Amino acid sequence: MDLTLHVWRQETSSASGSFQTYKAAGVSDSMSFLDMLDLVNERITRDGGDPIAFEHDCREGICGSCGMVINGIAHGPHKMTTACQLHMRSFSDGDEIWIEPWRAKAFPVLKDLVVERAAFDRIIQAGGYISVRTGSAPDANAIAVPKPDADLAFDAAACIGCGACVAACPNASAMLFTAAKAAHLSYVPQGQTERLGRAAAMVMTHDEEGFGNCTNHGACQEVCPKGISVNYISRLNRDLLKATLTGISVG
Amino acid sequence: MQLDAKIPSGPIAEKWTRHQFDMKLVNPANKRKYKVIVVGTGLAGGAAAATMGELGYNVEAFTFHDSPRRAHSIAAQGGINAAKNYQGDGDSVYRLFYDTVKGGDFRSREANVHRLAELSLNIIDQAVAQGVPFAREYGGLLANRSFGGAQVSRTFYARGQTGQQLLLGAYQALERQIAAGTVTMHNRAEMLDLIVVDGRARGIVTRHMVTGKIEAHMADAVMLGTGGYSNVFFLSTNAMGCNVTSAWRAHKRGAGFANPCFTQIHPTCIPQSGEYQSKLTLMSESLRNDGRIWVPAKAGDTRPAAQIPEAERDYYLERIYPSFGNLSPRDIASRRAKEMVDAGHGIGPMRNGVFLDFADAIERLGRDVVSERYGNLFEMYAKITGENPYEVPMRIYPAPHYTMGGLWVDYNLETTVPGLFSIGEANFSDHGANRLGASALMQGLADGYFIAPLTVGNYLAAAPREPMDAEHPAAQAVVREVEETQARLLGIQGSRTVDSIHMELGRIMWDHCGMARNAEGLRKALEEIPRLRQEFWENVRVPGSAATLNQSLEKAGRVADFLEFAETMCHDALTRDESCGGHFREEHVTEDGEARRDDENFAHAAVWEFRGVGEAPIRHQEPLTFDHVPLSQRSYK
Repeated sequence: MDLTLHVWRQETSSASGSFQTYKAAGVSDSMSFLDMLDLVNERITRDGGDPIAFEHDCREGICGSCGMVINGIAHGPHKMTTACQLHMRSFSDGDEIWIEPWRAKAFPVLKDLVVERAAFDRIIQAGGYISVRTGSAPDANAIAVPKPDADLAFDAAACIGCGACVAACPNASAMLFTAAKAAHLSYVPQGQTERLGRAAAMVMTHDEEGFGNCTNHGACQEVCPKGISVNYISRLNRDLLKATLTGISVG
Repeated sequence: MQLDAKIPSGPIAEKWTRHQFDMKLVNPANKRKYKVIVVGTGLAGGAAAATMGELGYNVEAFTFHDSPRRAHSIAAQGGINAAKNYQGDGDSVYRLFYDTVKGGDFRSREANVHRLAELSLNIIDQAVAQGVPFAREYGGLLANRSFGGAQVSRTFYARGQTGQQLLLGAYQALERQIAAGTVTMHNRAEMLDLIVVDGRARGIVTRHMVTGKIEAHMADAVMLGTGGYSNVFFLSTNAMGCNVTSAWRAHKRGAGFANPCFTQIHPTCIPQSGEYQSKLTLMSESLRNDGRIWVPAKAGDTRPAAQIPEAERDYYLERIYPSFGNLSPRDIASRRAKEMVDAGHGIGPMRNGVFLDFADAIERLGRDVVSERYGNLFEMYAKITGENPYEVPMRIYPAPHYTMGGLWVDYNLETTVPGLFSIGEANFSDHGANRLGASALMQGLADGYFIAPLTVGNYLAAAPREPMDAEHPAAQAVVREVEETQARLLGIQGSRTVDSIHMELGRIMWDHCGMARNAEGLRKALEEIPRLRQEFWENVRVPGSAATLNQSLEKAGRVADFLEFAETMCHDALTRDESCGGHFREEHVTEDGEARRDDENFAHAAVWEFRGVGEAPIRHQEPLTFDHVPLSQRSYK
């Protein structure tokens, strides 16, 4: 199939960007979306141009590197699918495709479709862990974890940190990301000791990083490639409220 | 090149315990005065950086990703082995040790493997304490499965995302240390060379991938946890960024490279679907627990699977290996699949796969149970192929996946360059000629959490402490070399893209140094690689400049190193004139078509010394002795 791409090109963080149009000819059904971009980049390079920069690595939907807004939707038209797992059989000959980076104050564009997501790491640094020193752990079966709790912890822990939730949110909030990690650790017994302080600290850093507040639009859940539920945000908010009421301080 | 493995004395089960006592300690008050560089933040590097930080060392960690959470360890699906014997099915440290040495086809070091098996217990404890959500039984205790040819259930797993969950555990421990100020994290910083001063590793040179700035970073010791080199084949299951650069640069600065020809071809990947594909996708080996592998008995049969009656199907693994069947080890399952396809039994649009069929499992267990076990893998398969594996059998074919070879290290995980340590897939240590399933995560974490932090401490306690800054002439000389190489790459402005040359290299390596190898093909590859390398340096086109985010330049540097490394890999495959594990030489086959080892001449690790680009490297040997696991022909029949 032959396609027309309108791709956001921006040389640096401080440069102003614009859409540029490219022809993607001879694209096959079995190609992934990123294979298609590779093909376009090969041609741009051969013609002496500057290929489109986009972040990607595992191409199996698990590393969280890739992310772009495709025709207005973070990661494109399919639910529970990262851009790298989107395949061209979802498009038809003659389609026009608009491709943009994540847009959020806390995610500055570095080049073209590449954005800086280090703010996510800083939210984890605020408390997205269980404080356990290497070698100090008791036997793994010393504490039983009810299977339903373990399963819920896993569902939350499946977050890949791609940032689609932020890109889709009208407030550019990262509450789904933050809540997923807080919830994961709140469902296992090992995570109880630091639970309320963690919630307060992570939310405080979230706000300081320039992410917006959650106003329950739910767009994040719609685009999340791992299907993380907004229910985790309620859980985080309950913990945050408890922390506030009981005077648990941050850090 | 001196190869002293430094294996501690004493009975095998006591070596590590004794060694821990014998190692020197750094005074707690002095630890922060020692700077340690960790390159790579996957399971090995992330765990090592976090643990060294906890111990109080001054750690500088580097990743070429935007965040340490993205390392390729994250893509490991199936699980992690540990000799916990929670199932009471007869497992033990000794059995895991025994299985790993045997599975590695007797080309690994017994003492290292025993330590790995011992530490497997601690890893699971550590991960659970971090909150890693392993699969559990209804009673709340940890669940296990049998995996990749093991006859006990010793594999712990988190659905099909075990690597992700273990990496996030290490990542979170690392972020905790970053917050505590013990670890300084350098994201988007790619190591491009090693700095050696007075014979010791003293630092690295990195390129900042957004600003293009080339910088020297100095330290008292350097650890490389930079993964494997499967992308020398271009098409592999590795992430696109995986490369050999750090290890190769260390090699060029004096670190011996061991067994580069030991590469693992994973049996269950989705077959290539077209010419422009840049990446192959692995389907977890756990699928072989319930899936049955078959091809049409008649060559050239193009009927859809459903129209091929039972009697006209060849479940070849069950037929040839009645006791292991579909769970035969990876190298064997891969080779048999290749034979079937080469003999005309291949299936799918390109006739380049074999079936992995779940019809029986769904009938026996029900769709819900199958979905609980493999749901996310089935979804991934459906997204990629457009086919529903609940309805039609999966199509699979082997693909390069893991590399057992790597930087030679002694028992302390130290390379032949003092002060340079190598951990995880980047070293050669524990898997011999073939890695067993669910053992990569185990080794990465054993090295990172439990071994390197102690052995690096032992090195630091004994090494002379001479602070050195980045202005040191030796460091600046390496910075200039790196800058010159970049300028050269950007100045060629030829007509071929980096990818087109990488693809051509991959074809040469897959054809001649892939699943099956022979002397004639390897000699041919050794002629073709230098020719291609010359073509690269005369005719590659790298657009853009050095001072910006330039993904073509990043790739060009990695491919330039692959073009040198590939030659050493072929030398290794050619001189190892035997078949063993993943190294299958067509000249050395038993009557049954299995690999025929030559223990008399090749029971050693081959360690290569760099002599110059295009010059034949020198082959050294570390003899391997087997005092506990008797040398025997692997038989899985």
